[in-house]
Amino acid sequence: MKSAVIVFPGSNRERDMLYALEKITGEKPIAVWHTETELSKVDLVVLPGGFSYGDYLRTGAIAARAAIMDDLRKKADQGVHVLGVCNGFQILCEAGLLPGILVRNSHLKFVCRNVKLEVANANTDFTRKYAQGQVWRCPVAHGDGNYFTDAETLARIEGENRVVFRYAEGTNPNGSLNDIAGIINERGNVMGLMPHPENEIEPLNGGTEGRNLFESVLEAVA
Amino acid sequence: MIPNDIKITPELIAEHGLKPDEYQRILDLIGREPTLTELGIFSAMWNEHCSYKSSKKWLRTLPTTGPRVICGPGENAGVVDIGDGQAIIFKMESHNHPSYIEPYQGAATGVGGILRDVFTMGARPIAALNALRFGAPDHPRTRHTVSGVVAGVGGYGNSFGVPTIGGEVNFDESYNGNCLVNAFAAGLADADKIFYSQAKGVGLPIVYLGSKTGRDGIHGATMASAEFGADSEEKRPTVQIGDPFSEKLLLEACLELMASGAVIAIQDMGAAGLTCSAVEMGAKGDLGVELDLDKVPCREAGMTAYEMMLSESQERMLMVLDPAREKDAEAIFRKWGLDFAVIGKTTDDLRFLIKQHGQVMANLPIKELGDQAPEYDRPWVATPKPANLAPSDVPVPDDLAEVLVKIVGSPDQCSRRWVWEQYDHLIQGNTAIGPGGDAAVIRVGHSGKALAFTLDVSPRYCAADPVEGGKQAVAECWRNLTAVGAEPLAITDNLNFGNPEKPDIMGQFVGCIQGIGEACRALDFPVVSGNVSLYNETNGKGILPTPAIGGVGLLPDMSKRATVAFKAEGEAIVVIGETRGHLGQSIYLRDILARREGSPPPVDLAIERRNGDFVRSEIRAEALTAVHDVSDGGLYLALAEMAMAGGIGARVEAPKDIPLHAWAFGEDQGRYVVTLPEASVKGFLERAAKSGVPAVRIGATGARELTLDGCNPISLQRLKDAHEGWLPAYMAAAPAEAL
Repeated sequence: MKSAVIVFPGSNRERDMLYALEKITGEKPIAVWHTETELSKVDLVVLPGGFSYGDYLRTGAIAARAAIMDDLRKKADQGVHVLGVCNGFQILCEAGLLPGILVRNSHLKFVCRNVKLEVANANTDFTRKYAQGQVWRCPVAHGDGNYFTDAETLARIEGENRVVFRYAEGTNPNGSLNDIAGIINERGNVMGLMPHPENEIEPLNGGTEGRNLFESVLEAVA
Repeated sequence: MIPNDIKITPELIAEHGLKPDEYQRILDLIGREPTLTELGIFSAMWNEHCSYKSSKKWLRTLPTTGPRVICGPGENAGVVDIGDGQAIIFKMESHNHPSYIEPYQGAATGVGGILRDVFTMGARPIAALNALRFGAPDHPRTRHTVSGVVAGVGGYGNSFGVPTIGGEVNFDESYNGNCLVNAFAAGLADADKIFYSQAKGVGLPIVYLGSKTGRDGIHGATMASAEFGADSEEKRPTVQIGDPFSEKLLLEACLELMASGAVIAIQDMGAAGLTCSAVEMGAKGDLGVELDLDKVPCREAGMTAYEMMLSESQERMLMVLDPAREKDAEAIFRKWGLDFAVIGKTTDDLRFLIKQHGQVMANLPIKELGDQAPEYDRPWVATPKPANLAPSDVPVPDDLAEVLVKIVGSPDQCSRRWVWEQYDHLIQGNTAIGPGGDAAVIRVGHSGKALAFTLDVSPRYCAADPVEGGKQAVAECWRNLTAVGAEPLAITDNLNFGNPEKPDIMGQFVGCIQGIGEACRALDFPVVSGNVSLYNETNGKGILPTPAIGGVGLLPDMSKRATVAFKAEGEAIVVIGETRGHLGQSIYLRDILARREGSPPPVDLAIERRNGDFVRSEIRAEALTAVHDVSDGGLYLALAEMAMAGGIGARVEAPKDIPLHAWAFGEDQGRYVVTLPEASVKGFLERAAKSGVPAVRIGATGARELTLDGCNPISLQRLKDAHEGWLPAYMAAAPAEAL
């Protein structure tokens, strides 16, 4: 599987993501600088975690308007798989590729801890390697992970089964609506989530179930 | 002669923190009255923070070399060889005064400064830790300071992208008016690609990199070299504002630039900004430096030479560049959206020449600015040795279990989860042991190697007996590294004390240095970098002497590491090291009986080393399932922490030849609690005996409660509730009156 990781000024988990992708797919992903205007032909584009542009305006707001984003939109329209993790999820929301928004954690503090994630929809290109309802451990590290949207949109994404991951067993770390941790677009090729599956891929991390996410995409594009 | 627009008055000299005799020294050195800019430069270079004028004499006595030391004190950070062509670069530095005045920005820029020290030398930061000390919990300002400092540490480190993996948080009334924020950072570099600050070559361009210069932080280092009075609030404008986003860009740009081969010398602009960095680069290289301030990127118009030379705006670097590579270098900085400006050149006349608007604003001898800084042999008196306190002089509690629950949930011993969950401790994906253990462990590359990090000091021990306290700080640091299976390599020290002009305070400093030096020599644990923070006083009252020690250790095979958590039921619990029941200066005495008495537990460095070497060899032989050092709170607290971490209880029996409360809460040094399968206990005890290491089986793991000799069983849930409860409850309580 060919993959690309978009690097914005202030991205800081891009190296974690590059490492995870290479380890799991066996192919070296390409790092794409935000000023570029065209993504080469890849199967998966990842927007990594971090603090793009310092998160100084609103998380993800400036990155969502970076030069590379026009082509990302095009590629998403063509059905290329797009994954946004943490700041990447925030950018996808700001770019309008996913509905809703990530606002400040309800307790107003940054939080880094392991949470429990329930696979709310195992029938997506990003989750087929999980069992429906499977609960797995995954770290979060964010200050703005509190998913919010209007009631109508919420009802729609819930109705369309587009909530992919939910915080489980009372571990919602940020106050997000309906314990939402990750959602997918209508077409099913663009997903965003706040937790960091790329930091849960080898025994050192204390768990490896983050791999399933990447392996699911690997299988979907094969 | 340079025209001098402003008259240099005794008041102006005093405002610059210079004593009359120090000013006379300036006059003698340059043979004329200095300009205002020059006075500012002298004040920046000769303040305590930058010149180490009170501490130098004593710092020279510390051991700073060793087979693995590539670079000791004197550069931006220390450099230690970790094999395979790799080096670890690390340092710890205080940001105490700014953090008290403006907790968030003070702490944030403390983290930023130390990260810059590390990546200036060519290293990518892989770990950050911090030792934080706050006033008494009931002091009206403490909650505000804790909240701001922790948010600031996290705000900077999280955005920059370094895992913050450990440190210390403690409370004591001596820090009521003067918190301590000691930030540690470590970075990884190729041992043959380390960058230094020494300029080489005449006529080479001096390049300014990073963020623009503003009016923030002017005289920050001078402020940090004075005591606080009632006016400390007014010093807020001397605190710099941090921008972790720019720092992250600066990191990437610097590393890219270094890889390109264009960098001859590089120095970050930290305390005293442009002045200190330019003088250091020139003086170290026996070169003069000429700067044209019209070329300095400024945030605001109309900045004077004085302001530019003293600004402590953050995220800036100064570099001597290979002129043939100037264009490539500039392209790299433009790509990262950072300022890049040639602002001067190296010269052969050993002058520090500052021009603005075509006029000379300062013309000083560059070597003398650093070398001829005053150095003091301040009078000192040794701290009187306190009498030893026998266990029989310490009351026996009615219920040891209740005492343990109280200690487990006390401000200094409770869980720091509330703090470290605000720090991204997992980024980079290499965290093998995160916060909350004896030492944190970070994987290095993929050869199986890892590094261990810890920060330690027991200020109450240092106050009671500075020599023993200094020894103990190093020994505990060494022990914590050992307890995870690491070979201790080297330390950085952050020496926080009160006003050195007071002989008793100076005596604390001298005593601690003596103890640190003794321990470092005995343990082959050299000091490779450090920082001194004096004048930590408010309204004439000093802090407890707090020489924080940051240690780094190496695990050649990360799979052989130990953690504190009990792993399985039915395993034997063994105490390594001799338990005599030393209660003087113990947590039991202080926090349960409200007494601060007696001598601190003595450290026998030979025994410390023997016991530690044995424990490490057993960890590496994979004979042990859990290891925890015994320190604050003694044996019972160590057991409680192991039980809580593993979710498994224990039953232990005390020996009969020692008073139970002294056995339970004594803080004798050189000890570890370990667990291992019952079947291997016999062989283990034999090996210990052969090594001359005291080892006693005291019980076994099991159940969900702690059954300690002489106590009713305590459920783990009750311990955990107490342990995890205090800090969140404290921080959530109604804030004190607005300050």
